Amino acid sequence: MSEKLVQVEHLRQYFSAGGIGKYRKYVQAVDDVSFDIYKGETLGLVGESGCGKTTTGRTLLRLYEPTGGRFVYDNDVIFDVEKKQYVKMLPYRKKMQIVFQDPYASLDPRMTIGDIVGEAIDTHKMAANQKERYDIIIEMLQRVGLNSEHANRYPHEFSGGQRQRVGIARALAVRPEFIVCDEPISALDVSIQAQVINMFEDLQAEMGLTYLFIAHDLSAVKHISNRIGVMYLGRMVELADSYELITRPLHPYTKSLISAIPIADPKAAKESSRIVLEGDVPSPLNPPSGCRFRTRCPYADERCAAEVPEWRELEKGHFAACHHIDKCN
Amino acid sequence: MSEYLVDIKNERLSFFTPAGEVKALNDVSICLKEGEVLGIVGESGSGKSVTAYSLMGLTAHPGKLIDGSLYFNGHQIETMSDKEMRKIRGNEISIIFQDPMTSLNPVYTIGNQIAEAILLHTDKNKAQAKVRAKELLELVGINEPEKRLKQYPHELSGGMRQRVMIAIALACEPKLLIADEPTTALDVTIQAQILELMMELKDKLGMAIIMITHDLGVVASMCERIAVMYAGKIVEYGTAEDIFYEPKHQYTKGLIRSIPRLDTKEHERLVPIEGTPVDMLNPPKGCPFAPRCDACMKICLREMPPVTNFGEIHYTQCWLNQKEEMEKGAANE
Repeated sequence: MSEKLVQVEHLRQYFSAGGIGKYRKYVQAVDDVSFDIYKGETLGLVGESGCGKTTTGRTLLRLYEPTGGRFVYDNDVIFDVEKKQYVKMLPYRKKMQIVFQDPYASLDPRMTIGDIVGEAIDTHKMAANQKERYDIIIEMLQRVGLNSEHANRYPHEFSGGQRQRVGIARALAVRPEFIVCDEPISALDVSIQAQVINMFEDLQAEMGLTYLFIAHDLSAVKHISNRIGVMYLGRMVELADSYELITRPLHPYTKSLISAIPIADPKAAKESSRIVLEGDVPSPLNPPSGCRFRTRCPYADERCAAEVPEWRELEKGHFAACHHIDKCN
Repeated sequence: MSEYLVDIKNERLSFFTPAGEVKALNDVSICLKEGEVLGIVGESGSGKSVTAYSLMGLTAHPGKLIDGSLYFNGHQIETMSDKEMRKIRGNEISIIFQDPMTSLNPVYTIGNQIAEAILLHTDKNKAQAKVRAKELLELVGINEPEKRLKQYPHELSGGMRQRVMIAIALACEPKLLIADEPTTALDVTIQAQILELMMELKDKLGMAIIMITHDLGVVASMCERIAVMYAGKIVEYGTAEDIFYEPKHQYTKGLIRSIPRLDTKEHERLVPIEGTPVDMLNPPKGCPFAPRCDACMKICLREMPPVTNFGEIHYTQCWLNQKEEMEKGAANE
């Protein structure tokens, strides 16, 4: 196994939600999440909206100030909240980049595509002169399937898929090692999604990138990832090799999530039995005690309300947090 | 009288924008019997919503119906006035919109909004309407209906709001329910709940459903008939089995191929449809899909292909099939 590039330990991210003193309330967006990502690997992160997958990605890049936990990148401690150790981010921004979800909102409408991609090059002083800067911009645009004439155009002249390509070119411009892909395909049409997924794979092979791929579409995540982590209401509930996770899910939430995916095959769809979960995701302002999934879990009992299930390695490389793994399998 | 509940024939609809005419629908024909479920799939801008909205008389300015006949349950929609239309809208034909966050009125309670449809279309009084509203909430699986009736939309979650939308749509037991991407804004586990609810209600109330979506998975499990739309045209139409197991049009084939599969162990590369969706202001001459088609021939760029029929229901508009049919015919002679 190759070495670990990203090590996240007990990451915690709470957002203040009003109130004073002991009445202060917090949205527990991410609570005690730990995972590693190996060099050149893609780790997928799935879950429903509000489960904290996007917050996890953004906190790692320090777009939010972490509330707790430790993040080690390539043996450098980026932050360690307990020891109050924080590193200056600018040099690391060159190594870690992000591709945002909404290609319509994440590009400045008043900047040309060239300037959008070039901004990062300026910030990190990567080009000695204008010619060099221009060359890098064009190279990046070509890498994502656009060409030099696009550099002088504005975002509104592009379709959604092309804009997402621009967003990827911007992230690539500083030649990063690690990219957080925050739902990069959810805003795209089905026929375009496959194009963008293929491009992510090609770029990974060419440039040796490591991805944290966040999405709610499990089939797309399964396609691109080596391993997948499933989150529910701020906690990681299961993590395993992607084929293993899909075929042999251990956690009851993962099982229901997989069975809820509509299958694009009429015969198989009629035969499959769906586990339909009752109710909605509880509010992260006031999450259930113990196991957070217990309010919707068919196997829940008193123990689930009393104790937080331990995050343990059940089989090699297959982690889950549930009291009733034996009962539900 | 028609044997169908819905019978749209050769509908043409254009939007006259300042930049030019956008032919949103180009010769669209759809028919649907009572109690059937039809799925319309296509990319954004392919005209799937416009088709359904025009059936409800909800074509927005600057859109205009140019040609075609829209028959629904004894009414000829294209000849009806706004006033007549208002009588059947929400009564015989209802719609659920994509975004339950924006389609409910934030300043009225849930009860108020459900009762509105009932008071408008039936001769029930306010008290009776309230009782009916409560029944409807129970029908769509909302617990504590008494309490919910007094709540405002912002107090409910996305899935609950979509249930309320369905309750409003079903208030007068419509013959036809149009569901315009009803689950796109929802999470998968909630989507499963809503789809299950819709199928249950369909069996209970015996209504027909037109399901508009871009998700092939959703139509596979729900719909008997599927229409695949591209650039304002129905490029292929057939039963769910026809579409998924014997797709004839290159676009349908491409769509099915480009879905990532869950059950494969080996990593397979996705086969995308290359290119970008059509610019509807300047659609290509000939077949609109030709510039993205991997089997494009010369004739595709020049002329729109005619309809090729396979059996009673299944048809497609593609030159490739036309060519194959002709070769078959020649061989037989």
